[in-house]
Amino acid sequence: MASIAGVFRRPTHPAGVWGWITTVDHKKIGALYGVTAFFFFMVGGLEALVMRIQLARAGQDVVSPEVFSQLFTMHALTMIFLGVMPLSAAFFNLIVPLMIGARDVAFPRLNAFSYWLFLFGAIVLQSGWLLGGSPNTGWFAYAPLTSNSFSPGNGMEFYIVGLGVLGISSVAAALNFIVTIINMRAPGMTLMRMPVFIWMTLITSFLLITAFPVITVGLIELYFDRTFGMNFFNAAAGGDVVLWQHLFWFFGHPEVYILILPAMGIVSEVLPTFSRKPLFGYEVVVLSGIIIGFMGWAVWSHHMFTVGLGPIANSVFALTTMFIAIPTGVKIFNWIATMWGGSISFKTPLLFSVGFIAMFIIGGLSGVMHSIAPSDAQQQDTYFVVAHIHYVLFGGSLFAIFSGIYYWFPKATGRMLDDRIGQVNFWLTMIGFNLAFFPMHFLGLDGMPRRQYTYSSDMGWDIWNFVSTIGGLILGVAVLVFLFNFFLSLRKGEIAGNDPWDGRTLEWSISSPPPEYNFATIPTVHGRDAFWEEKYGHGGKVPAGVSPEEGHQGGIHMPSPSYLPLIASLGLSIAAYGLIYSFAVSVVGAVIALAAIYGWALEPAAEPAGRES
Amino acid sequence: MHHSQAAEHATIATSTGIDNRKMLIWVFLGSECMFFGSLIATYLVYYGQSLPGTPTPGEILDIPTTSVSTFVLLMSSLMMVLAYSSVSRGNVRNFRIWILCTALLGATFLGFQVFEFTEFAREGLTPKTNLFGTTFFTLTGFHGAHVTVGVIWLVSLFGYSFKGDLTKDGGLSVDMAALYWHFVDIVWIVIFTVIYLIGVTNAPALIE
Amino acid sequence: MFNRPHLAVFVALLALFGALLIVGCNPDNPQSILDAKGPVAQRQLDLYWIIFWMALFVFVVVGGGLLYTVIRFRRRPGQGIPAQVHGNTKLEIGWTVVPAIMLAVIAVPTVISQFYISNAPSGDQLQINVTAHQWWWEVQYPDSGVVTANELHVPVGMTVSVELTSADVLHSFWVPKLAGKMDIFPGKTTSMWFRADEVGEYFGQCAEFCGESHAWMRFRVITDTPEDFEAWTASQLAQAAKPATPEATAGAGLFLSKACIQCHSTTPGVPTAGFPYPAPNLTHFGGRTTMAAGIMEMNAANLREWLSDPNEVKPGNIMAKEARAYTDPASALSSDDIDNLVAYLQGLR
Repeated sequence: MASIAGVFRRPTHPAGVWGWITTVDHKKIGALYGVTAFFFFMVGGLEALVMRIQLARAGQDVVSPEVFSQLFTMHALTMIFLGVMPLSAAFFNLIVPLMIGARDVAFPRLNAFSYWLFLFGAIVLQSGWLLGGSPNTGWFAYAPLTSNSFSPGNGMEFYIVGLGVLGISSVAAALNFIVTIINMRAPGMTLMRMPVFIWMTLITSFLLITAFPVITVGLIELYFDRTFGMNFFNAAAGGDVVLWQHLFWFFGHPEVYILILPAMGIVSEVLPTFSRKPLFGYEVVVLSGIIIGFMGWAVWSHHMFTVGLGPIANSVFALTTMFIAIPTGVKIFNWIATMWGGSISFKTPLLFSVGFIAMFIIGGLSGVMHSIAPSDAQQQDTYFVVAHIHYVLFGGSLFAIFSGIYYWFPKATGRMLDDRIGQVNFWLTMIGFNLAFFPMHFLGLDGMPRRQYTYSSDMGWDIWNFVSTIGGLILGVAVLVFLFNFFLSLRKGEIAGNDPWDGRTLEWSISSPPPEYNFATIPTVHGRDAFWEEKYGHGGKVPAGVSPEEGHQGGIHMPSPSYLPLIASLGLSIAAYGLIYSFAVSVVGAVIALAAIYGWALEPAAEPAGRES
Repeated sequence: MHHSQAAEHATIATSTGIDNRKMLIWVFLGSECMFFGSLIATYLVYYGQSLPGTPTPGEILDIPTTSVSTFVLLMSSLMMVLAYSSVSRGNVRNFRIWILCTALLGATFLGFQVFEFTEFAREGLTPKTNLFGTTFFTLTGFHGAHVTVGVIWLVSLFGYSFKGDLTKDGGLSVDMAALYWHFVDIVWIVIFTVIYLIGVTNAPALIE
Repeated sequence: MFNRPHLAVFVALLALFGALLIVGCNPDNPQSILDAKGPVAQRQLDLYWIIFWMALFVFVVVGGGLLYTVIRFRRRPGQGIPAQVHGNTKLEIGWTVVPAIMLAVIAVPTVISQFYISNAPSGDQLQINVTAHQWWWEVQYPDSGVVTANELHVPVGMTVSVELTSADVLHSFWVPKLAGKMDIFPGKTTSMWFRADEVGEYFGQCAEFCGESHAWMRFRVITDTPEDFEAWTASQLAQAAKPATPEATAGAGLFLSKACIQCHSTTPGVPTAGFPYPAPNLTHFGGRTTMAAGIMEMNAANLREWLSDPNEVKPGNIMAKEARAYTDPASALSSDDIDNLVAYLQGLR
């Protein structure tokens, strides 16, 4: 009865493209996230390469200053919101239910909704390239450069609406993963038996749901100022432009940990597997993740050391920032100790994870240098900071993400990524990355400010800029090598089998790729590294030979595909676009979204068994 | 139908024993706290910072009227409790009465807000006038929008009660709406205290 | 922990890395932060070196540990499953406490220096008020009444207290060899101080992204001997020099007829306030060493380039967008006009 209540006829067993469009399967959604995010990662990389070519030599005219401003703004937004965050989300989707022994996430349709909203938000954000200009004020969008008088046109609207839509998507996804992790664990998987990747996902999700509302409020205030002539950031009416900075960085610093904690989770899975040792100091690693998450709220003003908040505020934020170095350092020591005494296999995932640690040490140390408020007044807004953020975001997050891709690709597809090409990929990335970003330290110390579209040759910045551009081009080649490997291995890669790496966690106990229902029988967990324990027992027993095909499928009832998440997110995105051009369009979009949400509420998560099978 | 319900819920024995959807709404409300917290923080940062000579909270706000609307909203929360209590005991008929009362009181609150907004605009305070106008209308406006969503939700539940079974899972669907409704109510208590009660009494001293 | 040869290798490594890192930078570069010429920059540099060597030490220890670990424990053929070690409480405490101590050590000079650079020392001070515009600097000396642009003259060895505000968007005031940055906001003032210990010319630049020509918002701080500074102040307060050549006289006429005068004052001590668009006071323009906000040397060729097409030199600037000479084809400057204006402007000393 309820099944026909929806506005649209429910798809039962769609195939091909429709199968993807209506899917609520976390593995398929994870793949959608991954492919989309990697596409945007390449877009962001292309933006970076254009900038690097412009800056390769002094006084070049490859792009105009206006386009350059749009490039560095969009490069940051693309990499953060459309690259690294959704790549992490791809891992959350693919791996979390498998690792905790669940058949899907808590709200499969909400999960599909998150993905589609991410895709549409990404389109809104990028649409400025085609519709008269992208945002050009830097991703931090400091008022009052963002006001109508200094940023006419729709660039800032694409920023506001795009980030707003992406924010809803991220919060919806985070809510889903919080409930999934807290509520859907297999029997016996207590919190302190959860793999560290699950812990980091959980902490990241909490940061997402608490940080995004803050930036949403900032975006709303900016939108109201621009559209309705309100006074939030209007100095002439007594408004304080620094309020934007507080709102932005109160969101922005937790955002930094949103970007790095999942990476730390990935590394914490890869290192034990390839060292054949459990993670050293599990409790401490988890606890330090929690501390980093909490402290993420107490350091936002270290982005504002030169705002003139006064010596007391600067000192306090310097100290809290230094404090974060302690749990971060503890993690690094524990990772090294994990490998110590192990039996390290140098496959590509391990290389990227070790590369992550090495690069993150450098990025972490330059981070401590930035926490020294008085001397940071010299480094602030120079290329030294550009070097730092790339060492933690590329050398950190993206190295770990590549590690994760090489690690879990066999689980997701059933085939191995080629390891020899993978080694080439790693070394090219490593060389290109360091060549591109290490010289930026020198540029910063030589006094080159960020965000300038060119420079004159009497400043002594030519050589290192040129080197950096060469490094950037090598990185571009490294990404092409990865793509080649990806497509080649997708079709011709070695068959992986269930457990190609001698894994430790539950996802390796099932077939590759996993069946739609993941686990024929929900596993019972008896300790950390559940699958390893099952294979080797406490005394090194022979694998028990679990066959996932043993369980019978009759009793498993999976959620059914649905159009409604797509339609709801489409409606919301139309409504959002209306905020830029016409409120009438917003009303139409809202009505579509509302209809879809009604349909959603009324259709059961899973069709009755009779229709389903 | 019954089979599908069983498939949907009975198979999910959650790790904590709390239903997934109930946990979802709780975590969502946590997120909402940050949203309203940021709006309230903005209001407080700009409190007393409007240019001299522009309308102040003391001149514009009308505590007696808003006290009535606050009382109305508080009463709606009571109605909501009664509605949930009915549905969890399986009494759908009473549930319909109480949920309509809740929605009606919510709508009355919104009516007060519309009246208040137009009255203020007539007295010369619009969102553009000064920082007070900007922050006041934004904060209370977003609260009003939340109440509106709540009223739509409540009316939808009322409508659904003729079509489907709201008493299953101990009335979880109603419980979720109730949690949201109480949350919106509590946010109003904070807003009323900050903007009206403390704001009006302290304003002259702070603005000097 | 180390025996003798190990220690030697370690120190050698440290020195090698340190040397590599240091040769990457050239303190002679005009904006190098490694070449402090005043007490504020010196404090910041001292702190930088402390944290630099500490960071390098940690990098060599931890990075070396990482490298050693992955080489020493690489998988060997026939190797069984290694011992499943889960942790070690003593180690955990150790690597929590040691970094904490190191950070506590660096925290002390951090806080002390923060207070030092935030509070100008009492005593004789020169007060300068700077108003940042897109994309140039208006400089006012409230005590003497001097108004100039893009070049701050200061006496050597004297504490200079700078009050900063913005006429439009955010900017940041930065003279790397003298002091770190201070951001600039519309609607409020921020302040900072510096002192230059040597006579010289120091490069400064806006360090907060402020729009299209952010890259071209530079300035100079020129330190004079006290006597030179007195002389400079007196010269700035004098009336503008009368045009001395026929070309200059023609240029002066153009300056009026092309409405340059509507925004550019040629009266000493007049700030931008009250003009239709904010523009530098040009009373003693020809006496400056640079033009267009510190981005080009002051000479006829550069002036010519600027007057021919200011938007080419500094994209998006107000003069190119609003001045009649560039918006109204009927008022466009001929080549002769430009020559005459160059002669006039160069004569404004």
